[in-house]
Amino acid sequence: MSTGLKGWKDIPIGGMILEAGNSAEYETGGWRTFRPVMDKEKCKNCLFCWIYCPDSAIQVENEKIKEIDLKYCKGCGICAAECPAKAIEMVEEGKL
Amino acid sequence: MGKQVAMTGNIAVANAMRQINPDVCAAYPITPSTEVMQQFASFVADGKVDTELVTVESEHSAMSAGIGAAAAGGRVMTATSANGLALMWEMLYIASGNRLPIAMMVINRALSAPINIHGDHSDEMGARDAGWIQMYSENGQEAYDNIIQAILIGESEGVLLPAMVGMDGFIISHSIENLELLEDKQVRDFLGEFKPKHPLLNINKPITMGPLDLQDYYSEHKRQQAQAMQKAKAAILKVAKDYKAVSGREYGFFEPYKLEDADIGILTLGSSAGTTRFVVDLMREKGIKVGMIKLRVFRPFPIEELQQALSHLKALAVMDRSDSFGAAGGPVFSEVRSALYDLPARPKTVNYIYGLGGRDLGISPIERVVKDLQEIHQTEKIKELVTHLTVRE
Ligand code: SF4
Ligand code: SF4
Repeated sequence: MSTGLKGWKDIPIGGMILEAGNSAEYETGGWRTFRPVMDKEKCKNCLFCWIYCPDSAIQVENEKIKEIDLKYCKGCGICAAECPAKAIEMVEEGKL
Repeated sequence: MGKQVAMTGNIAVANAMRQINPDVCAAYPITPSTEVMQQFASFVADGKVDTELVTVESEHSAMSAGIGAAAAGGRVMTATSANGLALMWEMLYIASGNRLPIAMMVINRALSAPINIHGDHSDEMGARDAGWIQMYSENGQEAYDNIIQAILIGESEGVLLPAMVGMDGFIISHSIENLELLEDKQVRDFLGEFKPKHPLLNINKPITMGPLDLQDYYSEHKRQQAQAMQKAKAAILKVAKDYKAVSGREYGFFEPYKLEDADIGILTLGSSAGTTRFVVDLMREKGIKVGMIKLRVFRPFPIEELQQALSHLKALAVMDRSDSFGAAGGPVFSEVRSALYDLPARPKTVNYIYGLGGRDLGISPIERVVKDLQEIHQTEKIKELVTHLTVRE
């Protein structure tokens, strides 16, 4: 079986993760079924979505929304629900 | 040399814990193990140990606190019995799955219902798949010796597994026996300092323990646990050898008695080994070639070693002090019989479930077992595969 994953002799015991900060290696974007689509016209750059996003997927530059990082956005829809300007719509991935 | 003393099994174990001086001990009282922690709590109060004693509100919490302390990098111990062990169930698997070498004394007791506080093995046997090393003790001396050895076995390189040591409730835990305690210094030198491999408290090297582990890696981590159990076999023998050098007492996976030239044999574990040995001697006087084998280590199960020790027998009785309802006999029987299956010639093997809820196993029931074995030897026929011994019809 060749999966590219390591065998039992080559991984730390007990599921331990022996280095810090490696959650960046786990691309939660793979879980997404609905994608947040942002209407920049409506956006007021209040950064609520940035605060609420559980995966730090909202990218901010110069205190303004830049983009949503789809590598990590898992499509939870929290940003869309919290946005006071209704600037984010959740669109089914298959319909994009 | 050590010191000859008279004390109960529980007090002997509490003294072992005092000498071990673990970093953390979290426990909740339950009969018949209560006395262990009660005595140990006095040692803590009297400043005889450096242990942080955490008095928790349940056994589930006792094991949880132990897991946290062991993950932090401490040497951790606890003690429990029966329903207390059952309440720890979920956490037992977390201790072994996280590879934390916690040492626990289990004062073996029947599980409710109906409520019974006396000695049998249904508590510890029920936990046989929990990934813990398991040992059983015939008397207070063995309980004392086993719990000290359990510390080093669990901490051994390549093992890193928790270990539980059983001692029959009341029959051993509350009986005063003559036994030998090592000097405090001997125990401390024997154990040395625990150097945890991946302590969570090492802030210079932050790690994560117990993360989510899904279809992609969980199987590999379980495979590692299976391997660790195999490695524990060598560790058990190595620790026993070192312990003999200190104590003069010898331990292995099991202890055969008059087995070599025997035609028939009895395999047992725990306190009933003493009575069985007595009956073997009685029968030998009558010229009956019977021997016995006392199993000390149940996990890892010593398959090859038992095959070698038992293959020459014509008939074998396996004694189980717990039942596995609906299974092909008690837990010890199932495993011993399975171990013998691949031998070209193997003894006819039968099972006796006995002594549940602390019922005494006297001399006459064992004499009956010997009689049954003689009959099986002569006729080569098994009349009853599993017999509930010491039960009224
Ligand atoms: S859908 Fe969820 S994960 Fe994606 S950007 Fe919005 S809040 Fe973050
Ligand atoms: S919450 Fe809405 S309005 Fe505020 S920054 Fe995000 S998208 Fe823009």
